[in-house]
Amino acid sequence: MLWMIGVSAFAEQRFPPPDFESGHKLPEMTTPGPRALWLAWADVAVLAASLGGAVWLIYRKRSRKGLVALSLFSLVYFGFWRKGCICAIGSVQNVALALAGQGYAAPVTAILFFTLPLGVALFAGRAFCSGVCPHGALQDLVLLKPLKVPGWLEQGLGVLPFAYLGAGILFAATGSAFIICQYDPFVPIFRMNGRATMVVAGIALLLLGMFVGRPYCRFLCPYGALLKMGAVLSRRRVRVTPDYCTQCRLCSAACPFGAMREPESGRPTPKDLPKDRLRLAVLLIAVPLLIAGGAGIGWRLSATAARMHPVVSLAERYLQNREPAPRTGAVSPEQLELQRARENPRELLIDAARIRRQFDIGTTLFGAWAGLVIAAKLISLSLRRNRTDYEPDRGDCVGCARCFEYCPNELVRRGLVRENGSAPMVQSK
Amino acid sequence: MEAAPGPEVSRRSFLRSGARTAALAGMGGVLGLLAGKATGKEMVWQIDPQKCVRCGNCATACVLELSAVKCVHAYAICGYCELCTGYFEPEPNALNTGAENCQCPTAAIKRTYIEDPYYEYQIDEALCIGCARCVEGCNLFGNGSLFLQVRHDRCVNCNECAISKVCAGAAFVRVPAAQPYLLKTISH
Repeated sequence: MLWMIGVSAFAEQRFPPPDFESGHKLPEMTTPGPRALWLAWADVAVLAASLGGAVWLIYRKRSRKGLVALSLFSLVYFGFWRKGCICAIGSVQNVALALAGQGYAAPVTAILFFTLPLGVALFAGRAFCSGVCPHGALQDLVLLKPLKVPGWLEQGLGVLPFAYLGAGILFAATGSAFIICQYDPFVPIFRMNGRATMVVAGIALLLLGMFVGRPYCRFLCPYGALLKMGAVLSRRRVRVTPDYCTQCRLCSAACPFGAMREPESGRPTPKDLPKDRLRLAVLLIAVPLLIAGGAGIGWRLSATAARMHPVVSLAERYLQNREPAPRTGAVSPEQLELQRARENPRELLIDAARIRRQFDIGTTLFGAWAGLVIAAKLISLSLRRNRTDYEPDRGDCVGCARCFEYCPNELVRRGLVRENGSAPMVQSK
Repeated sequence: MEAAPGPEVSRRSFLRSGARTAALAGMGGVLGLLAGKATGKEMVWQIDPQKCVRCGNCATACVLELSAVKCVHAYAICGYCELCTGYFEPEPNALNTGAENCQCPTAAIKRTYIEDPYYEYQIDEALCIGCARCVEGCNLFGNGSLFLQVRHDRCVNCNECAISKVCAGAAFVRVPAAQPYLLKTISH
């Protein structure tokens, strides 16, 4: 048997084992095993194949239908079949916890779920978001009538995923909690089971998602933030037109995720130049100030954040000798916890002090990161880009392939429209 | 491939490919660091019965509606008592299956007569909610043959077990999936 046998029981045998005269045989305790390891590797293989399929569908086939089919498959496989676990979004935390050296060894499969989509993003953008991620697929499929989110709101909320990513890494690396999993709005839907608050949040996000395209992906998803950083550097990018841009703006109206960017002259007019320069100079000076300010605020919040860790919160309760409210009947879990603290307070306090120190560093870094994100956002908003065509933003485009069908030149390429006019051809073989 | 029309674009694309190379190198570095710490073994959650304090959180904190933690029975340790303190409330009115006499809130323990004076106690896992009331009774006055375990046919193996974060005894540990149970044994 493959049991890991514990040390002999601490409870003494108060009663001797029975001496059956009837020859009664003791039943065996059943030990049903967990999911087989090869199935975890099958998940990795399906992920790799779907990523390849998504890249092929976006760049070669330019097919929205194909991506919808892939989305449905991912939704069924990674969503309802695998119940949203294992997922790349949560794998950030496994990697953070393993790197922080808390004695946790990340499974290779989790590391691959973290790396593969990110590696693809560096070469071909957010192919993972387009049709592999079950969260994205679910939101994409409920999108009914997309409304335009005003620019200021879009850009402002766009900072949130980066902050969420930082917080997720902070709490995972200190071993406090995996908040990205805990507050995942869609996994309870995949499981058809979960905490009421998260089920309600998930349904609310889906209702919102009928009118605002992919609200979780755009304004919350921490892994999306990572992929965005990768996609900005990507080698290939999604181009709407296969030929030249007719400036018809149809693609811009078609994008439900606010990712389309207008043509723009890279050079300012002589009148604007001094203003632009001044703004950029001010922002560049503000970068270190924002980072330092964020770090300062983060450092101040260290003690509060550390209370998220069960060891620290227990140590505080022990030191303050805070008795929980007595409960009728059984002893409450809080009382039992306090009892454990009293049995071995030294070890607990040493642990709590160590975790506190980790939080001092962690929250300071988190604050600096938040400052950096805000600074980077402001700078990116005040840079001029040289664009002649309508193009999707590298970072914001999730590769849903909706815009392709709206481009007149794409219709020409597909042979659905003649080059000289809009007269549709009879579809010939 | 990278030849672009204006000098502006080519500078940008040069910076981009440089940053991409740096990002790839960074990812390689992270992978290298992880490689030292990674394990090909899958890990699963389990309760160390030596540390369990029977707080009752297992019944309520699991992400599943019906907790994946169940009571298991090490028959070899059991005394087969007629007055089982895991089965019966303290000072029961009568030694029968009446709900007012039983510890288990869901009647998940089946009590079978074997021979005088021995009774066998079996857990019906479909009914057990993992509240540990029977475990507490068995540990207080009996042999401690009832204890809680994460049942891996039910557990969805969350990244971070929700019960482990509220476990009053800090009894939740990750164990290799090849040896997924921490069982009690006796040395006699």
